[in-house]
Amino acid sequence: MDYETLKLIWWLLVGVLLVGFAIMDGHDMGVGTLLPFIGRNDLERRAVINTVAPHWEGNQVWFVTAGGAIFAAWPLVYATAFSGFYWAMMAALWALFFRPVGFTYRSKIHNATWRSTWDWGLFIGGAVPPIIFGVAFGNLLLGVPFHFNDLMMSTYTGSFWALLNPFALLAGVVSLGMITFQGANYLMMRTEGDIYRRARTASMLTGALTLVLFALAGVWVASSIDGYVITSVIDGNSQPDPLFKTVAIKEGAWMLNYNRYDWAIAVPVLAFIGLGLGVVFAQLKQAGLAFWSSSLGCAGIIGTAGVSMFPFIMPSSTDPRSSLTVYDAVSSPLTLGLMLGATVIFLPLIAMYTSWAYKVMWGKVTTEFVAANDKTVY
Amino acid sequence: MLTEELVDLSRLQFAVTALYHFLFVPLTIGLAVILVVMELTYVITDRPVYKDMVRFWGKLFGINFALGVTTGITMEFQFGTNWAYYSHYVGDIFGAPLAIEGMMAFFLESTFIGLFFFGWDRLNKWKHFMVTVLMALGSNLSALWILIANGWMQNPIGSEFSFITMRMEMTDFWAIVFNPVAQAKFVHTVSAGYVTASLFVLGISSYYLLKGRDLDFARRSFRIAAGFGFASALSVIVLGDESGYTVGEAQQAKMAAIEAMWETEPAPAPFTLFALPNQATQTNDYELQIPYALGLIGTRSLTETLPGIKEIKEKNRERIESGIHAVVALEQLRKNRDDALALATFEAHKADLGFGLLLKKYTVDVSQATPEIIQQAVDSTIPRVAPLFWSFRIMVALGFAFLLLFSLALFYSIKGTFIEKKWLLRWALWFIPMPWVAAELGWVVAEYGRQPWTIYGVLPTHISVSNISVGNIYGSLAGFVFFYTVLLIVEVYLMQKYARLGPSSLGTGKYFGEGSHGEQAAGGALPAGVGANKV
Ligand code: HDD
Ligand code: HEM
Ligand code: HEM
Repeated sequence: MDYETLKLIWWLLVGVLLVGFAIMDGHDMGVGTLLPFIGRNDLERRAVINTVAPHWEGNQVWFVTAGGAIFAAWPLVYATAFSGFYWAMMAALWALFFRPVGFTYRSKIHNATWRSTWDWGLFIGGAVPPIIFGVAFGNLLLGVPFHFNDLMMSTYTGSFWALLNPFALLAGVVSLGMITFQGANYLMMRTEGDIYRRARTASMLTGALTLVLFALAGVWVASSIDGYVITSVIDGNSQPDPLFKTVAIKEGAWMLNYNRYDWAIAVPVLAFIGLGLGVVFAQLKQAGLAFWSSSLGCAGIIGTAGVSMFPFIMPSSTDPRSSLTVYDAVSSPLTLGLMLGATVIFLPLIAMYTSWAYKVMWGKVTTEFVAANDKTVY
Repeated sequence: MLTEELVDLSRLQFAVTALYHFLFVPLTIGLAVILVVMELTYVITDRPVYKDMVRFWGKLFGINFALGVTTGITMEFQFGTNWAYYSHYVGDIFGAPLAIEGMMAFFLESTFIGLFFFGWDRLNKWKHFMVTVLMALGSNLSALWILIANGWMQNPIGSEFSFITMRMEMTDFWAIVFNPVAQAKFVHTVSAGYVTASLFVLGISSYYLLKGRDLDFARRSFRIAAGFGFASALSVIVLGDESGYTVGEAQQAKMAAIEAMWETEPAPAPFTLFALPNQATQTNDYELQIPYALGLIGTRSLTETLPGIKEIKEKNRERIESGIHAVVALEQLRKNRDDALALATFEAHKADLGFGLLLKKYTVDVSQATPEIIQQAVDSTIPRVAPLFWSFRIMVALGFAFLLLFSLALFYSIKGTFIEKKWLLRWALWFIPMPWVAAELGWVVAEYGRQPWTIYGVLPTHISVSNISVGNIYGSLAGFVFFYTVLLIVEVYLMQKYARLGPSSLGTGKYFGEGSHGEQAAGGALPAGVGANKV
C-alpha cells in the first residue's frame, strides 16, 4: 500500500473512532446530562444511572483510544492541539473526573446531599466535554493561531477566551444537542413509565434543536467563514513536513469539496436524515430505530466537519503554511501500517464483545429493580 | 521561551500526576489476579463463601478502579498538553503502544468490569469466571503496553532520526516490543502489583482475625493472599535484580548514581550498602561496602568493569562536543534540505544529536557554546545521586521485608496456626501501605534516574515541554492538587468504610454485624488510614 493511501485511510479511521466515541460514550454522556432532569427522585435517578452502569467504562475507552490513535497517527495534531487548547483540555479533563467517581461512589453512601452532589457531577461530566469538543471543532473550522519554528516546536498565540467566539459556541451547542439526543434515545430503549416519557420528550426536543442549529451552522460556514486551500503541489507520498507547502485563506473554501466530489454532499445529507428520522421515530415510540437514526446523525455531523475541511485537520490562521493536513501531520508509513493492522484485528473483536455485553445486560431498568437490588447496583 | 521554571513546573506536574496514578494501578493489577484465583476456587468447589470473597474484594477493587481510570485519563492528556515537543518528536514510536494499549487492553478490562459487577445473576458461573479472567488479562496487558512505551524511553531502540520530519521514526516494531528493558520492567512492575494486592488482602483479613469476626471468610482470604504474596514477593526480588541488570546495560549513568559510584572500580565492583553521597565533592562522605556484589549484579561477570560517574562524564563530554556539530548541521539542513556538506557533517555526528541538544538548555545558538556551558551540560548528565541511592535502598529493603512477612504468613498458613500469631496479624495490618512506598520509590529511581533525558540519550527533558506560559501550569497544577486531594479523601473514606463493613456490605445476611444494627455493628475502630489505599 502506498503512503498516500495509508494517510487517507487514517483520516477515515480517526473519523470512525470519533464517531464511535460519539455514539458509544456519547450516549452515556447524554444520559449524564439528562440525569438531574429526567430522574426526579433517588430511585428514578438510580434507574437512569443503571441503564449505563455496566457499560460506560467500556464506552469511555472509545475516547481514550481516539486520543491514543491521534497521538500515534497524527502526532503533530495531538501535540499542537492539546497544548494550544490548554485550558479547554484541562476543563474537559476535570469534567471527566466526575464520571468514574460519580458512577461508582454515588450510591455507596446513603445521604441525600452526597448523592445529589454526584448527580450534578455526572451532569458536568456528561455535558461539559461535548460542549468543549464542539467548541474545539468550531475553532478548527475558523483556523487556530499557531506556528512552528525551524525545529517544529509549536507555539500557540491565541488566548483561551478567543476560543469562545460565537461560531465556536454554536458548534459547542450542536455537539451538546447531538450527544443529549443520543442519550435520550438510549434511555427510551432501557426504561419505562415516567422516565421513558420524559426521555421521549427530551429526545424530540434535542433532536429538533440539533437539526435546526446544525443547519444554521452550515449556512454560517457557507456564507461567511473563510476556508483554507493548499496552493502548492501536493505530493501525497512525500515525507511529512508541514512547512514545505504554501496555503491561502480563501472565501468559501470550505465548500469546495462539495463541488469537487459528487459524493461529498451525501455526508451532510446523512446528518439531516439521521437527526430527522430520529425525531420521527421518537414520536412514533420506536426507541431502537430512533437510537440508530441519531447514531447516523452523529456520523453525519462529525463527517461533515471532516469533509468540509479535507485535507486540512488544523489550519493555522496566523501562519497558514504551518497548517496541519492529512498529508503532512502524520506518522511514518511503518507506524501507520502497523496501527492499521492492529485496528483491523481489534476493532471487530471489540465490537463483538461489546455487543455481547449489551446482550447480557439488556432489558428495561426499573425503579423496582433498583430497590430490590439496593446493595449490588449503582 | 523554554525557561527552567517552565520545565521544572512541567516535570513537577507530571511527577505528581503520575505518582498519583500509580497509587491505584498496582492494586488494580494485583487484585484482578487475586479475584481470578478466588473465583476459580469458587467454580471448582462451589462453596458460596468463595463467591462472597470475590464479591467483597471486588467491591474494594471497584472503589480503587474508579480512581485508576480517572487519573489515567490525565496521563493520556498530559503528553499533549504539557509535553508537546516530546509528543511530536517521538509520537511516531511512542503513540503506537499507547493506542494499542487502548484497543487491546483498556477495552477488554473496561468492558468486562461492567459484567464482573453486574453480571452475577445473568451469567452462569463459568461464564462469569471467564469475564473475570478477561478483566484481569486486560489490566495486565495494559501494564505491558505502557511499559513497552516507557521501556523505550529508557532504552530507545528500533528507531531512527529523520531531519525532514524532524523527529524519531520507527524502524523495527518488534525490537521495541521485545526491548529487554521493557520486558524486565513489565515483570517487575506487575509483580509489584501482585505484592501490593496480596498485602492489602492479607492485612485486611488480619484485621478481621484480630477482631475475631468473619473468621471463616478472613481465614480463607488470608491463606490465598499468603500463598500468592509469597510467590509475588519472590518474583519481585528476582525480577528486580533483572531490572538492575538491564539498567546496568542500558543506562550506565543511572546505575552509577544508584550505587553512588564516583570512580570506576576494578572488576568485580563492590556493592555499597550504605553511604552519604556528596554531589559537590563527587565522593561519598562515608560508605560501607560488600566486596564483589555489585559487579555480579550489574554485569553478571567477574571481569567486566562498571564505569564510575567521573568516567561516564568524560565520555559524555566527547559526545556533547560531537553533538554540537550535529545540531549546527541540522539547523542548516532545516533551512536547505539539499545542503550536501551539512548532510555529510550531520550523518557523521547524528548519533550524538541528543547530546548536542542538551546545550539548548543554556544557549539558543549551540555553535557558540563556551567551555563553561559545556561543563554545565556535562555535569547535568548525571542525575542527583543521594535521592536515587536512598530510594533504591528503601525499595530493596522493603522487598526483603515483604518476602519475610509472606514467608512467615505462608508457613503459619500451612501449619494452620496463623490466627494465634497476633504479632504476625498486626504486622500484616500495619504493613499495608508499604508496597505503595516501594512502588513509588521504584518509579522515582526509574524516572528521576533517567534525568536529564526524557528519551535516554536522544531527547533532553529541557526541550520536551510545551511552549506555554508558566501561568498555565501554575493554574493547572493547583487544579490537580485540589481535585486529587478531594478525590483521595473520598476514596480513602469509602475504602476504609467498606473494609470495616467487611463482607456484611454484600447484604447476604450471613456476616458479622448483620441482622441487628446493620452497618453500625461492624464495630471496632480501625487505626486511621489503615485499609486505605495510600502511601
Ligand atoms: C504498570 C501499569 C501502568 C502504568 C505505568 C500506567 N498505567 Fe494507566 N492504567 C493502568 C496501568 C498503568 C491500569 C491498571 O490498566 C489502570 C489503572 C487502574 C485502572 O483502572 O486501569 C490504568 C488506567 C489508565 C487509563 C484509563 C483507562 C480506561 O478508561 O479504562 C488511561 C487513559 C491510562 N491509564 C493512561 C496511562 C498513561 C498515559 C500512562 C503513562 C504515563 C499510564 N497510564 C501509566
Ligand atoms: C505510573 C507510573 C509512573 C510514575 C510513578 C512515574 C513517575 C515519574 C516521575 C517521578 C517523573 C519526574 C521525574 C523528574 O522530572 O525528575 C516522571 C517524568 C516523566 N515520565 Fe514517568 N512515571 C510513570 C510512568 C511513566 C510512563 C509509563 C511513561 C511513558 C509511557 C512516563 C513518561 C514520563 C515523562 C514523559 C516524564 C517527563 C519528563 C521527565 O521529567 O523525565 N512515565 N515520571
Ligand atoms: C530486592 C528487591 C528489589 C530490587 C533489586 C529492585 C530493583 C529495581 C530497579 C533496578 C528498578 C529501576 C528500573 C529502571 O530504572 O528502569 C526498579 C524499579 C521499580 N521497582 Fe523495584 N526492586 C526491588 C523491590 C521492589 C518492590 C518490593 C517493589 C514494590 C512493591 C518495587 C517496585 C518497583 C517499581 C514500581 C519500579 C518502577 C518500574 C520499573 O522501572 O520497573 N521494587 N526496581
